[in-house]
Amino acid sequence: MSWIDLGAIDDVPERGARIVRTRAGCVALFRTGPEEVFAASNTCPHKGGPLSEGIVHGRKVTCPLHNWVFDLETGEAEGADDGRIATYPVRLEGGRILIDGDALAVGRAA
Amino acid sequence: MTRNLVVIGAGMASGRALEHLTDTAPDDWSITLFNAEPRGNYNRIMLSPVLSGEKSYAEIVTHDDGWYEERGIACRFGEKVQRIDRDRKVVVGEHGEVPYDKLILATGSSPFIIPCPGHDLPGVIAYRDLDDTNAMIEASGMQGAKAVVIGGGLLGLEAAAGLRLRGMEVTVLHLAGHLMERQLDEAAGYLLQKDLESRGITVRTGASTKEIVGEDRVEAVRLEDGTELPADLVVMAVGIRPAVQLAKESGLATGKGIHVDDAMITSDEDILAVGECIEHRGAIFGLVAPLYDQAKVAAQTLIGEAAEFRQKQLSTKLKVTGVDLFSAGDFADGEGREDIVYRDPARGVYKRLVIEDDRLIGAVMYGDTADGNWFFGLIKDGEDVSEMRETLIFGPAYQGGGATADPLAAVAALPADAEICGCNGVCKGRIVEAIEGGATSLADVKATTKASASCGTCTGLVEQVLAATLGDDFAMPTAQPICGCTELTHEDVRRLIKARELKSQPAVWQELGWSTPNGCHVCRPAVNFYLLADWPLEYADDPQSRFVNERKHANIQKDGTFSVVPRMWGGITTPQELRAIADAAEKYDVPTVKVTGGQRIDLLGVKGEDLPKIWGDLNAAGLVSGHAYSKGLRTVKTCVGTDHCRFGTQDSTGLGVKLEKRLWGSWTPHKVKMAVSGCPRNCAEATCKDVGIVCVDSGFEIGVGGAAGMDVKEVEPLVKVATEDEAIEWTVAFVQLYREHGKYLDRPYKWLAKVGLPWVQETLGDAETRAALVARFDLSQSVYQKDPWAEHATPEAERTFAPLADLTLEAAE
Repeated sequence: MSWIDLGAIDDVPERGARIVRTRAGCVALFRTGPEEVFAASNTCPHKGGPLSEGIVHGRKVTCPLHNWVFDLETGEAEGADDGRIATYPVRLEGGRILIDGDALAVGRAA
Repeated sequence: MTRNLVVIGAGMASGRALEHLTDTAPDDWSITLFNAEPRGNYNRIMLSPVLSGEKSYAEIVTHDDGWYEERGIACRFGEKVQRIDRDRKVVVGEHGEVPYDKLILATGSSPFIIPCPGHDLPGVIAYRDLDDTNAMIEASGMQGAKAVVIGGGLLGLEAAAGLRLRGMEVTVLHLAGHLMERQLDEAAGYLLQKDLESRGITVRTGASTKEIVGEDRVEAVRLEDGTELPADLVVMAVGIRPAVQLAKESGLATGKGIHVDDAMITSDEDILAVGECIEHRGAIFGLVAPLYDQAKVAAQTLIGEAAEFRQKQLSTKLKVTGVDLFSAGDFADGEGREDIVYRDPARGVYKRLVIEDDRLIGAVMYGDTADGNWFFGLIKDGEDVSEMRETLIFGPAYQGGGATADPLAAVAALPADAEICGCNGVCKGRIVEAIEGGATSLADVKATTKASASCGTCTGLVEQVLAATLGDDFAMPTAQPICGCTELTHEDVRRLIKARELKSQPAVWQELGWSTPNGCHVCRPAVNFYLLADWPLEYADDPQSRFVNERKHANIQKDGTFSVVPRMWGGITTPQELRAIADAAEKYDVPTVKVTGGQRIDLLGVKGEDLPKIWGDLNAAGLVSGHAYSKGLRTVKTCVGTDHCRFGTQDSTGLGVKLEKRLWGSWTPHKVKMAVSGCPRNCAEATCKDVGIVCVDSGFEIGVGGAAGMDVKEVEPLVKVATEDEAIEWTVAFVQLYREHGKYLDRPYKWLAKVGLPWVQETLGDAETRAALVARFDLSQSVYQKDPWAEHATPEAERTFAPLADLTLEAAE
């Protein structure tokens, strides 16, 4: 694995998100707790809504366009909606957020 | 043949008697109703929630004007009865005589006022009726005001809790050694005192009042031991006395109260009496359940049916939100009596059962009163409890091998004569009958049986009876919870945030038992709004609990870009502003520029990361956010008024600009759109706005509750005022009332449909209330009226709108 430093965790508001531009498209970093961050595709599979603009609750995010809810651990849509977003390994080190560059390279985040 | 019935006193007992009478024999009587209070019957047991602000007066009115009118009852409200001429059979009121064939006395009770020095000073009040309640609410409006409540019984404690919720410093003085000594034992009294003290109420037991001190009005209360307690308000709640004066002067037999027999007839066979004014077999009455029984008997007696009033066991509950207390029966220590006690100090739970001769004779419960009605049933039935003595204290769920652990099964297993509604004496059988007769909802059952129609604590039980009887045909909770995170409705949460002074989202989640760690996209924005509306100074707005548009201060479009709408006050702009908008549109490649229905210009298709920059440019030209994205004030649309129009009657543009300048930036439950038209031709289309003002020669007609969206609605007239200042004051007060009471995402017209325009008119009609609303609005504006564009058009904010990192710039591996 090749870990890439994306920035400080405090640059992402708690229960909020920021995006990272990648060659494969935008990836959103969701901060679900003081020391907990998930990375997933920023794009809702339903109508392409920007998930980083959604409300983050528990380990989930709700798409701002039509309220699809995604589990950030698995990327699966909840409830009656059928869909999945790509997720990427991240880890925290000394207050910095690191993302797995290999996973990004093979990922197909749109 | 119609006979004349005169009723003196419009209280809960006579109100119920009139219901029975007009339901069963609608055409037999021509009825006149006197009431010293200038209003009809309302639910007096709900005055405490009115005092604490958890309910409004309108919500506790049981009989409105329409009710009396439908039944042809002649109302003489606000008129005192001077005397009864029994020889001529006429009642003499201040405005004339009314003859009667039958007369019902329902004169109620008077508060007992301790005749100590100073008891007649202004600022010393009792707690009996709406006027007292309003006087207390008014007194609590003073900053840092102190109240002393004399009497730690039911009424005194409800008054104390209500005043505390309204922000007063409250001390309760109680003569006995523990609170509510007639209903509670010492242990429960202690828990209650602890609970009240944790709410900031000071309790002094064993305190005897010597005098009330003050020059022109009350200043302090002095105790026998010399202690002096400063007070701006003194509430006397030490007891009541039946109001017998009128009966006595008329020569009726009286003792403590007006003497009545089992048929509710006084010493004059044509005069009946019901309620708190009577004495029946040596007893007088203060709780509502026996009053209703008396009302029914009185109605039957008038109809000519034989009926007898029987005194029954009573149970007590205290109506203080968050305090769970129940007592019934006799729980004094005595020979041959056994106690079963259960304590759970961590949860603040105390239960005590008193058993005599294998029968339950008393129960006191604090902290967990869910089984109260079941115990009360055992007490009333005098059932032998020796078989279940071991597990009795754990309640019905543990009886019969756990078969009834399910509350629904427990209710299904109740016998037909089990009492469900204590206030109205409705047993399960009567409710089942009503359901079999076609009732399918709580409202139906309430309408046909009165069950749950008074204090409402049995609502859940009634619903369980419905569910048990109807099975799948009954959808259990009629009130919709906010979302899956909680069982509570929006109304519950709003009420509890105020009542329990919850001032942060974690406090709401914890104290109200949210089932998720931090809510969801449905409840978070609602709770965030309720908190910031109720606690503008204490609570800090949480951007992460806002829908993207309010967090980004722009409307998200379907392709993820945003629209930007600068404010144009009252729809007025200048060449310089238009130039700045045009420049910005070009600079940021805005694909679509559109004129909106709210008289301003929308720049559509701005990229998220450009937002702070375009805001900065527009700010530099003096333009601020139009909040076209917010649940808050959107626009105030205007016509040109007297400035240019030959029909204009007032300066409608000027008023629109003033309103917009006053109200912009405020958050509301849903968006608020306004308009001001300069004449009834209504070019600004004011009559379909949330607040629409139509100017006329003599002033300003303010309409509210219009809509032109999914629903189209014309405004309803709120008020007509003469001056522009008044128009602004009423508008601001209306918006604040909506902010304080509206359900999140209810537009004003939906809110009005729930609370009723008359309540809003009555509330805003009071000049002091109106001024207080305006003051609270202005206080909130001191925090929230700031331009979000200016705040975010900074380099730091700009950074947060940009990607955290850009990996496309790195060399590909």
